[in-house]
Amino acid sequence: MGQKNSVKMEAHKLKDNSAYRTLKDKVFLIGVIIVSVITISPIVLIIGKLVWEGVGQINFSFFTETTPSTFEAMTAVANNEVIPGGIVNGIMGTFLIVGMASLIAIPIGILIGLFLYENQQSRYAGLIRSLSDILQGVPSIVLGLISYLWVVKNVVQGYSALAGSVALAVMMLPLIIRSTEETMKMIPGTLKEAALALGVPYYKVIIRVLIPSGFSGLATGVLLAISRILGETAPLMLTTLGNPMINWDITAPTSAVPLLIWNFYNDPNMINLIWSSSLFLMGFVLTMNIISKRLVAKI
Amino acid sequence: MTNNLTNKNIDILENPVLKMEHLHVAYGKTDKYAVRDVSATIKKNAITAIMGPSGCGKSTLLRAINRMHQLYPDIKTLGNIYLNDEDITKMSAIHLRRKIGMVFQRPNPFPTMSIYDNVVAGYKLNGIRMKKNERDAIVEKSLISVGLWDEVKDSLRKKGTFLSGGQQQRLCIARAIAFKPDVILLDEPTSALDPIATSKVEDLLVQLKKEYTIVLVTHNMSQAARISDYSMFMYLGDLVEYGKTKMMFTNPRDKKTEEYLTGKFG
Amino acid sequence: MKSDTITKYVLFISSLVVLLVSAGMVLSLVGDAVPVFEKFGWRFIISTDWNPTEGRESYGALPFIAGTISTSVLALLICLPMAFATSLFVAEYFRKTYVSSILGSMVDLLAGVPSIVYGLWGFYTLRPFIVSLGLDAQGYGIFTAGLILAIMIIPYATSISSEIIAMVPVELKEAAYSLGATRYEVIMYVVLPNARSGIVASFILAFGRALGETMAVTMLIGNTNIIPTGLFSTGNSMASVIANQFGEADGLKMSALIAIGLLLFVITGIINALGKMVIKRMSR
Repeated sequence: MGQKNSVKMEAHKLKDNSAYRTLKDKVFLIGVIIVSVITISPIVLIIGKLVWEGVGQINFSFFTETTPSTFEAMTAVANNEVIPGGIVNGIMGTFLIVGMASLIAIPIGILIGLFLYENQQSRYAGLIRSLSDILQGVPSIVLGLISYLWVVKNVVQGYSALAGSVALAVMMLPLIIRSTEETMKMIPGTLKEAALALGVPYYKVIIRVLIPSGFSGLATGVLLAISRILGETAPLMLTTLGNPMINWDITAPTSAVPLLIWNFYNDPNMINLIWSSSLFLMGFVLTMNIISKRLVAKI
Repeated sequence: MTNNLTNKNIDILENPVLKMEHLHVAYGKTDKYAVRDVSATIKKNAITAIMGPSGCGKSTLLRAINRMHQLYPDIKTLGNIYLNDEDITKMSAIHLRRKIGMVFQRPNPFPTMSIYDNVVAGYKLNGIRMKKNERDAIVEKSLISVGLWDEVKDSLRKKGTFLSGGQQQRLCIARAIAFKPDVILLDEPTSALDPIATSKVEDLLVQLKKEYTIVLVTHNMSQAARISDYSMFMYLGDLVEYGKTKMMFTNPRDKKTEEYLTGKFG
Repeated sequence: MKSDTITKYVLFISSLVVLLVSAGMVLSLVGDAVPVFEKFGWRFIISTDWNPTEGRESYGALPFIAGTISTSVLALLICLPMAFATSLFVAEYFRKTYVSSILGSMVDLLAGVPSIVYGLWGFYTLRPFIVSLGLDAQGYGIFTAGLILAIMIIPYATSISSEIIAMVPVELKEAAYSLGATRYEVIMYVVLPNARSGIVASFILAFGRALGETMAVTMLIGNTNIIPTGLFSTGNSMASVIANQFGEADGLKMSALIAIGLLLFVITGIINALGKMVIKRMSR
């Protein structure tokens, strides 16, 4: 012990660095605040730009008429007029493609989610869970390629709404699987056991107990998945191609709002339409987002 | 003011290390006090126990001493505390907390640091650079002081979280004393430990009071009786009674204290 | 009893969908990529030649691999300090306050902006801004694409990091404060080391996102089939070349594009698996 006493660390002998350290602390905080504000500024700038440039083009015909031809648009621009027509073919196409993708992905996704919930520990379920995670990371353009190879080349023999829906459904599937499993885990196990103890068949327990009590969780997952795919452009470029008319035939080429934005962007005469279409798309996506957040808050 | 100090405190302590005057602590709204008008002095090189039923404000009082409450904007502290006659609110928090060490309810060694680094964590956190032999000496001395040296000297590079609960808590005490503070605050340090580990920590505290002033919050009356020299009894935010531990346990002045010590509530 | 067995089978059979889709995806991509690999072998990955002229067809994916990697790495570097600061803002400095929830939901909004809208904004706002700064005459290229990618992946990098930072036990932070540390020191020596693997995982997953982004990059990278030579050089990414050249592709060129898709699939798969592994190791 004796030799240890030779090293004396007295507090007052330590260099007083507290002023420097307090300053460093403050500077760091200010830096964090400044960088954080810079980080969120793009969202303000983007929404601002969309509203500023887009509101002027939004009128009744924007929602009721199909896209104008390049010539019509050129004439209007030359005469300093608002470009005639609208994007109703895109809106209807988006409804068709996204609706069909939801019809495919939601029931299957919920069933798979239930399967994973029922078989928490099994290795097979672990494999399915990992594969689903991998699917979630696949770039959307690759999903477009896949759907092209499967549906466009082998099923419909041509570009079609169905092909787009398949690509988007594969995109939705892992999101719904994950949210279903998470939601089911939150429901108290006793609820299920109580119903099963009464001799209720399992499918009725699913329909009458599990799905109703997890409804807001499931709905949140579905809405988030839909808001994720609404703005997808790349996979649709490879699968649905586009269509200047409203189309309800699932085996025919179909337009969608994001595809229209891409077309307008590439057509110098239609440039004025990109902002209003983007504003509409963005508003739609954000509404979905906000509704789903509200649902979460309600649980 | 003197009046207030004397009425709960028969032995006015000579040259106290800590002095609290009309201390109030409130959470959220200022009319709900967790600690109400506490005045007391703490004697040097002694163990002072703060006891009382849960929710009586004992931990809140302890955490006022090293200004822990200022980390949480909705906690308001009023009144004065002096450390060696220096007003703690006028000191920098950095400086104050170097002079007042703290040990928490649950052992909390830094899980990302080795045993060695845990002991000198105070130096590292405060940006104090030392030569390796100085650092080695501090580690060895601190671990010897808490009786941990023989147990861990061959595994100093292992993570502190590999130790048992009792060893972890002694490591945390070593971390606090490595900085040579004047006062060590302990917030129910044995409540998460088994009886054997508890008695080791208690023996250690009795050892440490030769060099340090110790303030111990405990929910355990017999612990206070075993190791403390002075005891405070708090109830609903008030300091009900404060005196020599032996006197308080044999002959409590206040009816509430008596009821608590005889197990009528708590 | 019997209906329960049927229910179990229905659930099991639906789980096969995931298996089939995953296996089918790999088989289709590999199957259709075979012609180009048969013809060029490894040269497809290391060659820089991209020539669709009939008779002299030659396909090498290296410029696109280089374009994807360089834009994504740049995006990650730019996003790093931003996501880091935002996570500390939300989960440490202003935790559970009104400003933190506003900032947090604005970051979430960034995730809701469609890729094509980012592309438009990048083209009409960011690109002219870069030109006006005199950084580049046209404003297309690796830098602009990387910048827009950085903004796009911020929400992914922030979400897990801030969750993990918020989970660092209060007792550890208090222990450090009780030793006299400032908040900066608590963050550097206690919060970050304890949240390290979560932060690393979130940046890996964000990087995976950046690799596969298509539209915004396509609109800003310049679409030239060369290996980028500098920060403001133009280039092309794997996803962009598929999007740009798919329409006029068939035969060997289609096979080459699908092979690029396969490479992209493999690379993002590896990166994502890595991220998930870090998260899994952390939760143990």
